[in-house]
Amino acid sequence: MFGTYLRRELTGRRKQTIIIAIGMALAIALVIIVNSVAAGVKNAQAEVLKSVYGVGTDITVTKKVSALSSTGQSTAQAGQNGQGPRFDFGADAGTQTGDGSRTVDSSRLSVGMGTSTMSTSTLATVKKTDGVSAAAAVLSLENTSFKGTLPTFNRDQEGQRGQSDTTQQSSGGADGQGGSSFSVDSFSVMGITPGAKAVGPIASTALVEGRTLTANDEGKKVVVLDKSYAKSNSYAVGDTIKIGGKKFTIVGTVKSTGSDSTTASNAYIPLDVAQSLSDEKGKVSTIYVTASSSNDVDALKASLEKTLPKATVSTQSDLASSVSGSLGSASQLVSNLGTWLSIIVLAAAFLIAILFTISGVTRRTREFGTLKAIGWSNRRIVGQVAGESVVQGLIGGIAGIVIGVIGVFVVNVISPTLTGGVSSGGFGGALADGARRAFNGGSGSTTGAGGTGSGFAAGAPGGGSGFGQTARSAASSASTQIDLSAPITLWVIVIAVALAVLGGLLAGAIGGWRASRLRPAEALRSVQ
Amino acid sequence: MYKLKNVTKQYPGKGRKVVALNDVTVDIPDGQMVAIQGPTGGGKSTLLQMLGALDRPSSGTIELEDSSLGQLGDTKLGAIRGKEIGFVFQNFNLIPTLTAQENVETALVPLGVSAAERKERAEKALASVGLAERGDHRPSELSGGQQQRVAIARAIVKEPAVLLADEPTGNLDEETRDEIMEVLEGLWRDRGLTLVIVTHDSAVARRAQRRLHIKQGKVKDLG
Ligand SMILES: Nc1ncnc2c1ncn2[C@@H]1O[C@H](COP(=O)(O)OP(=O)(O)OP(=O)(O)O)[C@@H](O)[C@H]1O
Ligand SMILES: [Mg+2]
Repeated sequence: MFGTYLRRELTGRRKQTIIIAIGMALAIALVIIVNSVAAGVKNAQAEVLKSVYGVGTDITVTKKVSALSSTGQSTAQAGQNGQGPRFDFGADAGTQTGDGSRTVDSSRLSVGMGTSTMSTSTLATVKKTDGVSAAAAVLSLENTSFKGTLPTFNRDQEGQRGQSDTTQQSSGGADGQGGSSFSVDSFSVMGITPGAKAVGPIASTALVEGRTLTANDEGKKVVVLDKSYAKSNSYAVGDTIKIGGKKFTIVGTVKSTGSDSTTASNAYIPLDVAQSLSDEKGKVSTIYVTASSSNDVDALKASLEKTLPKATVSTQSDLASSVSGSLGSASQLVSNLGTWLSIIVLAAAFLIAILFTISGVTRRTREFGTLKAIGWSNRRIVGQVAGESVVQGLIGGIAGIVIGVIGVFVVNVISPTLTGGVSSGGFGGALADGARRAFNGGSGSTTGAGGTGSGFAAGAPGGGSGFGQTARSAASSASTQIDLSAPITLWVIVIAVALAVLGGLLAGAIGGWRASRLRPAEALRSVQ
Repeated sequence: MYKLKNVTKQYPGKGRKVVALNDVTVDIPDGQMVAIQGPTGGGKSTLLQMLGALDRPSSGTIELEDSSLGQLGDTKLGAIRGKEIGFVFQNFNLIPTLTAQENVETALVPLGVSAAERKERAEKALASVGLAERGDHRPSELSGGQQQRVAIARAIVKEPAVLLADEPTGNLDEETRDEIMEVLEGLWRDRGLTLVIVTHDSAVARRAQRRLHIKQGKVKDLG
């Protein structure tokens, strides 16, 4: 009888069934879509992080940067101290030409904007820490080359240059006025320990051509290029490339093993060569750490922070929040708007189910009174009401799963492309690799992804070479682009069904409670 | 056999309590057909609720065979209703989404009867009220008289000892009223039921063996 009665009620009161089911279906569909997209965005973030920080990296250690030093001003200071890209062209620099101008071809390797370095001994300290399974250090550098013709400056102007760069810029003419014409190009260079591939950015690369760096390469001017950088700049294995003013032999190219188009750096050279060319002897910028157990990452972070008070220790989940670009926005959107929307729509659907069930019970007062009068127990009636609600919820849930799966399918067909960089913002400029990647990806526009603003501001007062940073580095390492794919897991489906049943049970419990309080004598009331 | 002794029923009203039944003492022997009459608001339905174990008196005792209805809990009262008492209502009170057959079967649900037996007994009950052919119809597809017959079939399908009817012909035209009364009287005669009918209609009341008149909660036995 339960089944017959249930079926008759659901088909006989179709309107109520449909309204409750539609409300539930929309809510469930939304939950599924939001969940899947959120999972997709999370995967995409993981991809970005993986490409930047390398597979197997649980923790990164960087030099702690004081709040001030991540601003343009203090980086400019760094620039003046010779750390930023800066060119000092003496009066006799370059080749004097007959018409009073001279050609300059200079290339300089230096620590990138917002990057601070720390002693190599930190690596040893990290390696000694309990819970560290592997650690590797890299030195992230920026190679800036300047090629062109400059007008000859008189001595007075030369003398002023340090203090008054604005004068310098206007007379020198970044736009090529005043008899000068030049091009500025920059690309990222990473000093890595040759032969060590276990952890760090190089761990998530795969060899395309040639060979990787080996232990024998220590001290040699050899370079492995990012495949897409090599391609867009027409470099081939065996060619030479100028880094820090020296000729390097290209021995191989690598590509990312992830779904993104580029690797962490445009070029990889032996660490010791990188250190000496950039005047950073015994210095590294980032240490990549693999924990012995992925469960102990947080504990390891704590102990590293204790032993290295001057360092910033970041876990993957710390870093996830630093992913910027449209990927960052998508993540924000999904986690904020999506979640709230789901909760609101779900609450509305539950409310609709509850209100309709209550009004249904009220409308059926005499029906339930009559059933009680002919001997139906309270339990049976509550069960009937709850059964109806649960089935309505289930119908809605199943419809919602269908709609949700279609919605996710549509998202996957459209497959919006998200751009993600890793912004240094929240980390005081510590995540220099990411900043540079994001920066280069900005195609020279000052509104590019994270870090551009500070880079631009930094360069200008640094001695007239600020444009180096804004150069249209035809470049190379675009910030990571990832096609969003939203996975549907069995879990999401299970949760969706559980929510639908929960909604039905909630409505049924409240409606059933109302029904159970009806007196059997209601059956005799003549008015309805 | 009903034995009512000093039964009083009060409803909490605004300010003053409403006394729906006032010190009613009356016996109804098994197999008797009783008509209850009286002005509106006199307490007829209230008395029927007491007889039907739908409510408990404020004071006094009601005995049906060996059970003291005033003393029992809801579950026990429900069981007695399910087994011993059939109800017929003025508004038929059929469940609109169920077919005639299914409506009749609902009365057998509390008895734990198997589905097959339920079907068979419901078919028989419908046949005994002359609706053998209409089992598949919904209430909305039946006339008022037919609906009341379905309701009567539902009341008698469990073969109760008592059949209580509250103005069973109140919503029917004269011709149909006689038809329904004939059905009820036939069942009463054939099955030896105790039949209590609340009615405004003297023509209906005249068919009863005994008439009770209720006014302002006081019962007068008109014999
Ligand atoms: N649930 C209730 N709450 C409060 N008062 C009630 C309740 N049920 C009945 N009454 C009151 O008890 C009195 C008797 O009502 P009852 O329904 O028994 O009258 P009745 O004789 O059946 O009238 P009618 O012929 O109109 O059906 C009336 O005054 C009524 O207002
Ligand atoms: Mg009445």
